[in-house]
Amino acid sequence: MSTMDSESLLSMQHITKTFSGVRVLDDVCFEVRPGEVHALIGENGAGKSTLMKIVTGLYEADRGQVFWKGQPVEIKTPHQAHELGINIVHQELMLVPQLSIGENVFLGRHPVRSGFSRWVRWSDLNSRAKSLLEGLGHPLDPSRPVGELSIAEQQLVEIARALAFSAELIIMDEPTSPLSDHETTRLFRTISQLKTRGVSVVYISHRLKEIHQIADRVTVLRDGRHIATRPISETTTDQLVRYMVGREIGEQCSDNKTPVEAEEALRVEGLSASGKFYDISFSVHRGEIVGLAGLVGAGRTELVETLFGACEAESGEVYLDGQAVTINTPMDAVRHRLALVADDRKAKGLVLGGSVRFNIALAAPGRFARYGLFLNSAREKEVAKDLARELHLKTPSVEQQVIYLSGGGQQKVVLAKWLSADSKVFILDEPTRGIDVGSKAEIYDLIRRLAQRGVAILLVSSELEEILNLADRILVMHRGRISGELSREEATDELIMQLATGGAVH
Amino acid sequence: MRRFGPLLGLVVTSTILSFMSPYFLTFDNLINVFRQSSVNALLALGQLLVIITAGIDLSVGSILGLSCVLVAMMLKAGVPWPVCIAAAVTIGAALGMTNGLLLTKLRLPHPFIPTLGMMNVARGLAFVVSGGFPISELPDGFRFWGAGTIAYIPVPVILVVAVYALFHIFLSRTTLGRDVYAIGGNKQAAMFSGIPVDRRLTMVYALSGGLAALGAIVLAGRLNSGFPLAGDGAELDAIAAVIIGGASFFGGVGTVWGTLIGALIMGVLRNGLTLLNVSPNWQKVVIGVVIVAAVWIDVLRQRTRTRRRLVRK
Repeated sequence: MSTMDSESLLSMQHITKTFSGVRVLDDVCFEVRPGEVHALIGENGAGKSTLMKIVTGLYEADRGQVFWKGQPVEIKTPHQAHELGINIVHQELMLVPQLSIGENVFLGRHPVRSGFSRWVRWSDLNSRAKSLLEGLGHPLDPSRPVGELSIAEQQLVEIARALAFSAELIIMDEPTSPLSDHETTRLFRTISQLKTRGVSVVYISHRLKEIHQIADRVTVLRDGRHIATRPISETTTDQLVRYMVGREIGEQCSDNKTPVEAEEALRVEGLSASGKFYDISFSVHRGEIVGLAGLVGAGRTELVETLFGACEAESGEVYLDGQAVTINTPMDAVRHRLALVADDRKAKGLVLGGSVRFNIALAAPGRFARYGLFLNSAREKEVAKDLARELHLKTPSVEQQVIYLSGGGQQKVVLAKWLSADSKVFILDEPTRGIDVGSKAEIYDLIRRLAQRGVAILLVSSELEEILNLADRILVMHRGRISGELSREEATDELIMQLATGGAVH
Repeated sequence: MRRFGPLLGLVVTSTILSFMSPYFLTFDNLINVFRQSSVNALLALGQLLVIITAGIDLSVGSILGLSCVLVAMMLKAGVPWPVCIAAAVTIGAALGMTNGLLLTKLRLPHPFIPTLGMMNVARGLAFVVSGGFPISELPDGFRFWGAGTIAYIPVPVILVVAVYALFHIFLSRTTLGRDVYAIGGNKQAAMFSGIPVDRRLTMVYALSGGLAALGAIVLAGRLNSGFPLAGDGAELDAIAAVIIGGASFFGGVGTVWGTLIGALIMGVLRNGLTLLNVSPNWQKVVIGVVIVAAVWIDVLRQRTRTRRRLVRK
């Protein structure tokens, strides 16, 4: 399949790419034919984005060759990719909201009067934008500002923009993740339109059902390697999941305790916030680690931040130790001894310019204060030192600014902050994202020790191994809903992936 | 270094001026500088709190003006001076609190907006209620707070030192002060740590307004008059003092004593240049250069520090 095909539009041969010693792509071959929709799938970190960044000139491959219409090419800048006819519709749309649809379609290349290269021909611009949009089956008024449009309509503007560049290949990165079902159907109609014009589409998605609806062929990557390329008609969802996950279920450290009889620490009933998540119900017992798995964009972060009072819920009840509680702000949550280790520690967890001690006391200054008002620095220092020792925090002193700590060190400070606040329920959102292996192991260890102490833990993670290793019970979310619950014994990579991608469990 | 930079600046400036003018380094003159800086020092203290939260308060000059007129009118109406002082500070704090509520409840995009609005509203009201005329000849008990002395030390100087000591304790030794730094350092992280961000911001703007009114009392007492144009442009002097005093415009950094030194540097420059017969217009030029230079020195210092860190790594 990886032979140089004369009928291919794009052919990437034996692509290898290394980032600081880590091989992100290893001898990958990928080929797109004219007028086909080619799905590219794989777990987070499988190498899909890196491969597409090489096609669009953002990265250069270490080894391998790219052919465009049978000719070897070197794509060194995004501009060169545009010149060839390769365009990408990004996950975060790259439009200027204040400008009109027409201006966005022709951004940077306004049609101009001959001889006056700074003189825009507005009528021409609008009529050309209009005909492009009509060709895609969506007659939008090109003079409307893009900021007024829905996400789906903005995507359309990006596609029209690609066509205005006379694109022959359009890459769509997770285009349906922000769309409703109805909008998804419309997008699929637009993609069919593109096909009839002979435009090829590389379609990156986690949603396997969609892929069966829209794609002609599918390529699976795993851990930077090419696993399979098949006509979609010859594959099943199960088979694709197996290709994506592939690895044998790793040896797990099976602690033989599952404290189901313990008291319920946190119970959530029918929690909804429209556009984010719907009708979420679950509970976490004392000493239990409940994993919350799902794909990026499934609504997990939104759910836990709402639980913590940082966003508003529309309906639903939350119970702590059997008592109904109202949590409207994070302050309420902290008062009820809830802890949230947020997904982005630099933005939501730490005052980077503050010291280790400052940050550790952040969530509980009152606990260290005399008369609830005057700080007790000596006590703060003592607690900070104890926690730093307990968590093996590598820092010259607790007066060190946290900006100078490693990612793992910073995450430990966030954990220490909640430990010093004496939290009873820990919500951990991607607690080991972007930290080194050593700190990772230490944080796993800490999570287990917390559970042993009777703390209830809700662990959100996109790393299946992490969830399988730590959780006593696993909830899986798909498009804002809990799509299944698995016990530690029955959980496998494949089952989780199936639930996370919306496939049925057999 | 960040801590002692402003102090070093003050010492260097004073040393140079003492060589250029023999009169500069006399007790009378130094006390005079401090006294002249006292109103700016009070406004700058409020501004410091706001700037630590990464905000800005453009209304303090106008709040001073309105409080100044109102306190004079109350005194003229025969209200006892302690009541007048209490009322003025309360009004100033209420106006400041309004800034804070506009910012947090209406979710205005930046404190620039509500305080710019208040700057105009308060100044306009100062003219409306006074009819545009100064209100002079105030009672002695009140004038004591602006013009009196205790053992050769002007009362405003004692007041500034006392208020600064109080706010030093507030900022560095209380949980409320800790929250103020946390909000300026990372508002989102502060929110996610359970700090009531909106309430603290409202408090900070209220304190800034209250301190502006305190400045009005000192000014009206010293000049024996409440006039609607009082404190015109004073917000910019206050911001300058805070910045010269080493606080960061990005929030999270700044100290009470740094700000006092910042206010004194401005006072020393104005006094010294006046002694040297430099016109007020040229004084403005010098102050402008000093503001930019003070921040630039800080930028340089930070840059060399990061570079050194990189080398070590």
